[in-house]
Amino acid sequence: MSAAAASLTSPRLRRGLVVPLLALVAWQVITHYKLANVHLLASPSAVLKSFVVQVKEGELFSQLLASLRRDLSGFLLGAFAGLLLGSAMGVWRIADRLFGPSFDAAKQVAVFAWIPLISVWFGTGESAKIVFIALAAFYPVVVNAYQGIRGVSREHVEVARAFRFSRLQTFKKVVLPAALPSIFSGLHLALIYAWLGTLGAEYLLAPAPGIGNLMIDGRESLAMDKVLLGVLLAGLVGFSLNALAARAEAYFLRWRVRNA
Amino acid sequence: MSQSAVIDIRDVSKQYTVKNEVLPVLERLSLTINPGEFLSIVGASGCGKSTLLRLLVGLDSEYQGEIQVGGQRLIGTSLDRGIVFQEHRLFPWLTIEQNVGLGLENSPWSSDKKKQAIKEHIELVGLTGFETAYPHQLSGGMAQRAAIARGLVNQPSILLLDEPFGALDALTRSRLQGELQTIWQREKITMILVTHDVDEAVYLGDRVVVMQPRPGRIRKTVNIDVPHPRDRSDPTLKALTEEVRAEILQVSPVN
Repeated sequence: MSAAAASLTSPRLRRGLVVPLLALVAWQVITHYKLANVHLLASPSAVLKSFVVQVKEGELFSQLLASLRRDLSGFLLGAFAGLLLGSAMGVWRIADRLFGPSFDAAKQVAVFAWIPLISVWFGTGESAKIVFIALAAFYPVVVNAYQGIRGVSREHVEVARAFRFSRLQTFKKVVLPAALPSIFSGLHLALIYAWLGTLGAEYLLAPAPGIGNLMIDGRESLAMDKVLLGVLLAGLVGFSLNALAARAEAYFLRWRVRNA
Repeated sequence: MSQSAVIDIRDVSKQYTVKNEVLPVLERLSLTINPGEFLSIVGASGCGKSTLLRLLVGLDSEYQGEIQVGGQRLIGTSLDRGIVFQEHRLFPWLTIEQNVGLGLENSPWSSDKKKQAIKEHIELVGLTGFETAYPHQLSGGMAQRAAIARGLVNQPSILLLDEPFGALDALTRSRLQGELQTIWQREKITMILVTHDVDEAVYLGDRVVVMQPRPGRIRKTVNIDVPHPRDRSDPTLKALTEEVRAEILQVSPVN
């Protein structure tokens, strides 16, 4: 049995599916017996139909692709910048002293509060969206890279000193691997924030193809099936990204003690 | 590696400053350790024995006096002085053979020779078969064996041991003490063992240095003239153990 198949039949996943399935049944019942206004709450079957139509028209795929591309570009940009700043602050005291306070102050500002500035500086097009997503991904990466590097144990660094490691060797062989779990947590969080940021950017900046756009379209034409489809897709993509990150983490950090 | 060298500790003092108060840790300590000797340093906690060992490793260079190895002032760490800490300090992200290989990271040897040395030292400490295991998969005793292999792998002429068996259960401890003795006899290198375990100090040492605290200094040096390999039930060994124990108890009757 493959690992994926094993996880599908695991009791944990089966129990995790109970609530969504019940919600689906309740949703179908409510819409079927018109317990709620069907203009405001489309039925699951309507959403499914909308899904099929959109897939057939090829629109869904291109919208999803546009969002994912945007998400990934922003994530990569933000994660890269975050790794640079976080590592610099972790390794060099002077960088910590210089940037630390400003960073701490800046991270108190909710990312959405940057939107007015971003739209002035970068317009409301694709680059503004990517900058916004990058910013959302940036913070957790900086914080976790910094903490991971600062948290490297003195005992391990002493071993490196005893074996006369150079600064570069110490960084590559001791500091980086020791910080890796924390760095991964940061990247994992960044992946989630970037996806949230993607929808935020699509909603708050100029309309362009994407899942956010699908939802705006739906809202404006009161096509609730479209809106709900967007919500479900956003959730599913987020869920998948999260699962993917967890897989990658488990693989790269397989040396860790399993505390299952 | 180079020939074993004499370690000469001359008038070494060290103090810590805690909240503007000067706390003497070592006071005018002098000691000469001969090549190939097994020297045990024993004392109650706080007598400065671990501090002294850190100075010998070269991890701490703030002290007064002079430490010479082979006639040269000791500056910084050296690949010629291996170290085994109380905690194994293996890197959890590396396998056992990679951990042992850390000692060869800056060695000029060819990669074949490195591989051979890693294999031999894993064998020496009895961990054959665990080369690709991660530290968390090993017991405390096995992890400490790996740490000993790591300390020895580049064939230093001096091995420093800072309470290496302090965290192990009694059974594992005595087994590893026996193995350490065998290794020492085989490798013919200088070993300096810091411990608070009197039996261990006497069982292994050619000489036992008894330290006393506040400030840390040498109270007495006891020669253990019993040939290796030793038998724990040897009456001379037992008598000497009691002698050393009595010295320590006199120093710190309160503890």
